[in-house]
Amino acid sequence: MANFLFSRLLQSAALLFLVSLIGFGIVHLAPGGPLAQFALTPGISQADLARMAHEMGLDRALPIQYWEWLTRILTGDWGRSYRDGRSVLDVIFGRLPATLELILTGSFIAIIIGVWIGVMGAVKRYSIFDMLATVGAMVALSVPTFWFGLIVIYVFSVNLGWLPAGNRMTAGAGGGFLDFLHHLIAPALVLAFVEVAIWSRYMRSSMLDVISQDYIRTARAKGVSERSILWRHAMRNAMLPMIALAGVELPALLSGALVTETVFTWPGMGRLLLDSLGYRDYPVVMGILMISAILALLGNLLADIAAAVVDPRIRLT
Amino acid sequence: MSFETALDPLSTSGSRPAGNRAWRRFRRHKLAVFGVVAIVVLLLACAFGPLVTPFDPLRIDLRHRFAGPSFGGNLFGTDQLGRDLLVRLMMAGRISLTIGLCAMVVSTAFGTLVGIMAGYYGGWTRVLLMRFVDAMLSFPQIFLLLVLAAFIQPSIVTITLLIAATTWMEVARVVEGQIRSLRERDFVLAAQAFGAPGRYVMMRELLPNAAGPIIVAATLAIARAILMEAYVSFLGYGVQAPTASWGNMLNDAQQYLGSAPWLAIFPGLAITLAVASFNFAGDGLRDALDARGDLH
Repeated sequence: MANFLFSRLLQSAALLFLVSLIGFGIVHLAPGGPLAQFALTPGISQADLARMAHEMGLDRALPIQYWEWLTRILTGDWGRSYRDGRSVLDVIFGRLPATLELILTGSFIAIIIGVWIGVMGAVKRYSIFDMLATVGAMVALSVPTFWFGLIVIYVFSVNLGWLPAGNRMTAGAGGGFLDFLHHLIAPALVLAFVEVAIWSRYMRSSMLDVISQDYIRTARAKGVSERSILWRHAMRNAMLPMIALAGVELPALLSGALVTETVFTWPGMGRLLLDSLGYRDYPVVMGILMISAILALLGNLLADIAAAVVDPRIRLT
Repeated sequence: MSFETALDPLSTSGSRPAGNRAWRRFRRHKLAVFGVVAIVVLLLACAFGPLVTPFDPLRIDLRHRFAGPSFGGNLFGTDQLGRDLLVRLMMAGRISLTIGLCAMVVSTAFGTLVGIMAGYYGGWTRVLLMRFVDAMLSFPQIFLLLVLAAFIQPSIVTITLLIAATTWMEVARVVEGQIRSLRERDFVLAAQAFGAPGRYVMMRELLPNAAGPIIVAATLAIARAILMEAYVSFLGYGVQAPTASWGNMLNDAQQYLGSAPWLAIFPGLAITLAVASFNFAGDGLRDALDARGDLH
């Protein structure tokens, strides 16, 4: 286990290094580079800009600049927002909880429904249910999330008036748990929609692999009930690959959350990214990009460790 | 070149029966056939539709704003400027489908190149290239695309290239896996034994044998690219007005959701139909071109 942990950590560190290289490359793609903020100041001269570039070390060799940028990132100095001067990390961590709430709720719903559909599809392979689930999953993967969100708003908010059309709580009402939940339902379901398709597909193929194995036949021969075979014997092994899937899905969930947050005016990190792009608030933009990649690496690492803890076979390879 | 003739004594035979078998398998896949038919209909409608309808996609007619869908007049209704929605959809489809197809060509070419080099050379080349793929996949695709699109002046060409730049990784993974499994096969070892240079082995021996998975990945890449264009245009950083795309039509439609829902419904249906059709076709191709079935 120690060996596995060590090599897995090393792998994550290497990936983090590559992620930082990509991030650094994108910083330098920004119009005007890191100086863009000052270039817009009225009355600033070319000489001033050159002096600032020198002070910020922008006239130095790229590897040295990269090293300085990396040490700043590693020590938690991510710069300040152009918009209100707050520290970038503060701004992002202020919005992250709303996004995580959306992602966790959406994933929870998606996993419950997706796993159930996948198991049923595997058990009744090629049945009408299985065919419909297969086609349905492919269609769900083809529907643009924002459009689905707009339709949900049109039907449930505009026409039926059952659900609020956006935001995290009723303005001025002070919130309360039920109000909170009421606002969460629609965006969480919209985010879950695509994920249900993904989870059901993976679960179906994983379950098909498992139920054709010898130990399932043995259990059946012993006279274990079908129900127990499915949900106790087969389920345990069929869920193993799902742990890895949960880790891999995080970037897609963040992408989905951005779109969902936009449609439902949900005050999360995705909307912060869009707002910051509108304001050309590049430090925050870069911060969000890096944080989301780091979250993805972390999610992957945790999922792999969890899978290794649950499944002893993984540690050996 | 001597090794070419030595390697391919039977090069003229054997390709047609395999093609026929793939075609038979594809035809059995009803959804895939539906997908291809829908793609052809969409392409023809977008290419020639605007030429045969009585409506001008650019003509503004403020007396006929927000006309609902009707069989007598505007089939899909009119928008906030009184333009016929159906013709606008076709014009937008030209842009969205072109971006999707072109982005697929670029991302498939680049992804194949990376995958084939990583798979063939192995060792450090593979580690570096595939870790770079992993690192790129750590970023949420839409975040990356949005930031790049905001930094670089948006035009149809740059959007296409940016979509390709953020979607080539899946192709690279598929190709790398396929090449790695082929690399130790006898026909590759034979080519190397005859002294074939690396480039020849990659392009003439490995690439054709990886064609099936590449074609499947490319078909799915079109679906993904159309979806990505819709996302980034909807969010305001993709195709810019006055050029219409399915994504930015939905951006406009958002504010009239209560009064003119058809403005949102039809472009979304168009995107879903196009993306689903390419996904269905890709799925059918996966069954039909199953490379393992052909090699054994």
